Amino acid sequence: MSNSMRGQVAVVGVGETEYYKRGQAPDAEFKLALDAIKTACANAGIDPKDVDGFASYSNDRSDPSHLAAALGCKELRFANMQWGGGGGGGSGAVANAAAAIHAGQADTVVVFRALAQGQFGRFGQGPVRNRIAGDMAYTVPYGLMSPAQMFAMKVVRFMHENGVDQSALRAISLACYAHAQNNPRAVMYGRPLDAEKYDNSRWIVEPFHLYDCCMENDGAAAMVLVSAERAKDFDHAPCYVLGAVSGSHYRAGASVHNTPDYATSTFKTLAPRLYDMAGLQPKDVDVLQSYENFTGGVLMSIVEHGFCAPQECNEFFTQQRFSAEGGDLPLNTSGGNLAECYMHGLGLNIEAVRQVWGESSSQVSDANVSMVISGPMVTPVSSCIFGSEATL
Amino acid sequence: MSDYYLHEGLAQPAATDLDKPYWDGLSEGVLRVQRCNACQGWQWGAEWICHHCHSDDLGFVEVDARGVIYSYERVWHPVHPALKDQGPYIVVLVELPQAGDIRMVGNLLGDPHQEVVIGSQVSGVYEHHNEVETPFTLLQWQTD
Repeated sequence: MSNSMRGQVAVVGVGETEYYKRGQAPDAEFKLALDAIKTACANAGIDPKDVDGFASYSNDRSDPSHLAAALGCKELRFANMQWGGGGGGGSGAVANAAAAIHAGQADTVVVFRALAQGQFGRFGQGPVRNRIAGDMAYTVPYGLMSPAQMFAMKVVRFMHENGVDQSALRAISLACYAHAQNNPRAVMYGRPLDAEKYDNSRWIVEPFHLYDCCMENDGAAAMVLVSAERAKDFDHAPCYVLGAVSGSHYRAGASVHNTPDYATSTFKTLAPRLYDMAGLQPKDVDVLQSYENFTGGVLMSIVEHGFCAPQECNEFFTQQRFSAEGGDLPLNTSGGNLAECYMHGLGLNIEAVRQVWGESSSQVSDANVSMVISGPMVTPVSSCIFGSEATL
Repeated sequence: MSDYYLHEGLAQPAATDLDKPYWDGLSEGVLRVQRCNACQGWQWGAEWICHHCHSDDLGFVEVDARGVIYSYERVWHPVHPALKDQGPYIVVLVELPQAGDIRMVGNLLGDPHQEVVIGSQVSGVYEHHNEVETPFTLLQWQTD
């Protein structure tokens, strides 16, 4: 890829607030955003006043002009929102920030996400109103209205087409919860999960048990990105962006579940672009953070990023394979959205950086190539690969 | 008690300028979906232009309310107050081969615990809600 961003931009600081159960944050959402940004800047060793760009996604309510004013930023040069709901824009915001820096639009860009569901309402509930029109009128009156319900339909079809067993989903959940037990930041720290507890948990919507579904949380997370050239002057060893892409396939956004290629996490057209930009292949990936709105999304994301064939899922998806302790594809090593925090997946990007820095609570030895897959099954989705100096 | 598949109290569908022929059709017991007058292409849900040829000369044509179960889900956890005591229910995604394989969402009538087989043939059942201020009709499905 001649215009590749590979290695041109690096993460130099990350940070998050304390993570809370939904509705339990003591602060307003905007204050949470400010706290995470200040923490990430302190981690990078820069003054927040030197931030000149912000990138976020999923209609984050903390707008860059307000943030820049509150932080006293000297100048605002880049104010970016990746369209699309859910966590599909997590790595897309990283891509946008990196592109802006590479193109000279800004020098120091913060990627962030803040959520206070007590202040602004929940994701996991259906709309309570009298009348509904347009696309939602074709689904909501039939009791199809929450994210779990929208996505279970795709996962059922995928599992049907490829003969995938429930055990594949269970392996993902168990891996996340196991890693969260090493992570004091995790909301599920101290609350381990085993196969029996998973199997006995209630159905939310088949094939999703309770433990196949992400939490809903309050908090905020942020990352600081600068050019590779500047990154050498910071305290941390640079964590380079090797590739970052977003998008979706033909008519992925067709309404009423009418996209022709239906049983997908939406990554089939992205993954080849990601690997091309990064100059890497699936076998090069040392550690993976894959967004779990629901485990079924991880199932298809891993397949679509080329780690196994769709027909191989029952053999491939095991807790041991996904373990940071000797697994060959360590997965969601902070606990992820299931067990660390649902910060619309930006926590996964932070964890991927920490793996490159050697700072994870479930550290993978020699983690040089660190991948993030953001927001499966929505459109647009995104994914990215971070790398250490050794990968350049 | 009513004969409706789901308890009453969910948001009621309201027609728009774009899809009024569809909702009017259901109330008459007829399924009408969008088809392009220029290229004869099908699409669902209703859109302002044809995604095949970009014409805005779109019409609604009557098709048989018959299809094939493309996917399904059994919902257990209620996310709306009206469904608090509903118990499990089945939502199906039905593909219509006679209409360009467009897909529609509905409920599968009958035992909510029934085994659902992807690929099964289903027929439409019109569920008329006439006791509300603005009557409407849902299109439900049952296996043949």
